[in-house]
Amino acid sequence: MTFQVDELLLRSLTPHVLAILVRRGAGFAAAEDAVQDALVEAIRVWPDDPPRDPKGWLITAAWRKFLDATKAETARRRREDAVEEEPPPGPASGVDDTLQLYFLCAHPSLTPSSAVALTLRAVGGLTTRQIARAYLVPEATMAQRISRAKRTVSGVRFDRPGDVGTVLRVLYLVFNEGYSGDVDLAAEAIRLTRQLAAAIDHPEVAGLLALMLLHHARRAARTAPDGSLVPLADQDRSRWDTGLIAEGIEILQAALARDRLGEFQAQAAIAALHADALTAEETDWVQIVEWYDELVQLTDSPVVRLNRAVAVSEADGPRAGLKALAELDDSLPRYTAVAAYLHERDGDPVTAARLYAEAAHKAPTLAERDHLTRQAARLNASLRL
Amino acid sequence: MAKYLLLKHYRGAPAAVNDVPMEKWTPEEITAHIQYMADFATRLQETGEFVDERALGPDGTWVRYDGEGRPPVTDGPFAETKDLIAGWMVIDVDSYERALELAAELSAAPGAGGKPIHEWLELRPIFTAPPTITE
Repeated sequence: MTFQVDELLLRSLTPHVLAILVRRGAGFAAAEDAVQDALVEAIRVWPDDPPRDPKGWLITAAWRKFLDATKAETARRRREDAVEEEPPPGPASGVDDTLQLYFLCAHPSLTPSSAVALTLRAVGGLTTRQIARAYLVPEATMAQRISRAKRTVSGVRFDRPGDVGTVLRVLYLVFNEGYSGDVDLAAEAIRLTRQLAAAIDHPEVAGLLALMLLHHARRAARTAPDGSLVPLADQDRSRWDTGLIAEGIEILQAALARDRLGEFQAQAAIAALHADALTAEETDWVQIVEWYDELVQLTDSPVVRLNRAVAVSEADGPRAGLKALAELDDSLPRYTAVAAYLHERDGDPVTAARLYAEAAHKAPTLAERDHLTRQAARLNASLRL
Repeated sequence: MAKYLLLKHYRGAPAAVNDVPMEKWTPEEITAHIQYMADFATRLQETGEFVDERALGPDGTWVRYDGEGRPPVTDGPFAETKDLIAGWMVIDVDSYERALELAAELSAAPGAGGKPIHEWLELRPIFTAPPTITE
């Protein structure tokens, strides 16, 4: 019987091992390469020869890879610089170092796509190939993106705390904008956010984790068997994961109790109110509008105002929603889709059908375009009756 | 993070600024042009923005279903078809502005007299997966 490699365990060890190498004096880029090589070796060797101490095994293997690479490099350059063979042992806890890795991989000097790729590799322990597949680009392109990102942050001091906000934005992107390939990016984003929440006590980290859990809970109900989108109001709520909802709400309540509100907590609060309703009709739209008002205060984002207009129409009627919509710029993404919905609710199917068709034309994703086209078709068919 | 398709047309695009057909360039100008295109793709690979690149033959065939048990009906190629795609490049970039910048760089490929062609390229967004968080 061969030992099944626990890939999640392996990946959860990645940031600790990487941090230890960096603390021993390896440069970040070289250390990161060495850890990748060690991970690949672990996957190859462990099934036949499982280690007693996986973390110790990885540290030893990664350090050896680092020394080999450094020696090769040194030989190539014919340099005589001695490499320290016996490193001082690092402290046992890797928690703070993990946090530093998050900051480094989300450094503001990186573009969003580079920060996402570097975080998934250096903190998440995914291979370049897995990341490339998840984002539908060639492996060579992803390899270059990652090595450029490593060069970009090579001069960044590893011992300075960074801005948690930049890390949260990267994790939010991983959760919200990916494809469903071999790697489950949503689950990976949750895993990385949990790990971050364990390393730092911050209400917005908790808020983002709650937000992800509350949305992940609805995943099974979000798409029909044919892959089409199911809007929130039409979802089969019995398919929502009540365990994830309970956990998300508990984390959110603990964060809110600390009275340091931020945008992720406010977004999670809205998701929690949706999750709390047994039927779409029972949704507490009045409270949702209040949370949108908080979010507008926090972010002043036009997208938030657009979503708020929908909530206002549910709370105070479509006329109030249309009034809120009229104050917004009609070039906003999804503005026309919202306008179509509000006109339909206002009892004007002719305008709504026209706007749905127009919104379908402008839709930023295929699933949304198909959904909006169906809405237009449904109204047009009912108008012919 | 968004993917864009850069479409190059044989026909159908507005006239380029340096609009001389390729067969009237010097061989050196053709070599320089091809080198520029290859260098551009290499640079995009290095920046981690390259996804795909293909060139298409000009002779397209129109095909349609003709009913159960019948062979497909074909027609063409039509010399007069007004829009003819020559090839494409797919890029994965952080913003629309970056996509425009890269398209402009590609459009600056040298042509007759070694001067930039200023060719019109068509930039089209590729649909992404829908975001998870919508409300």
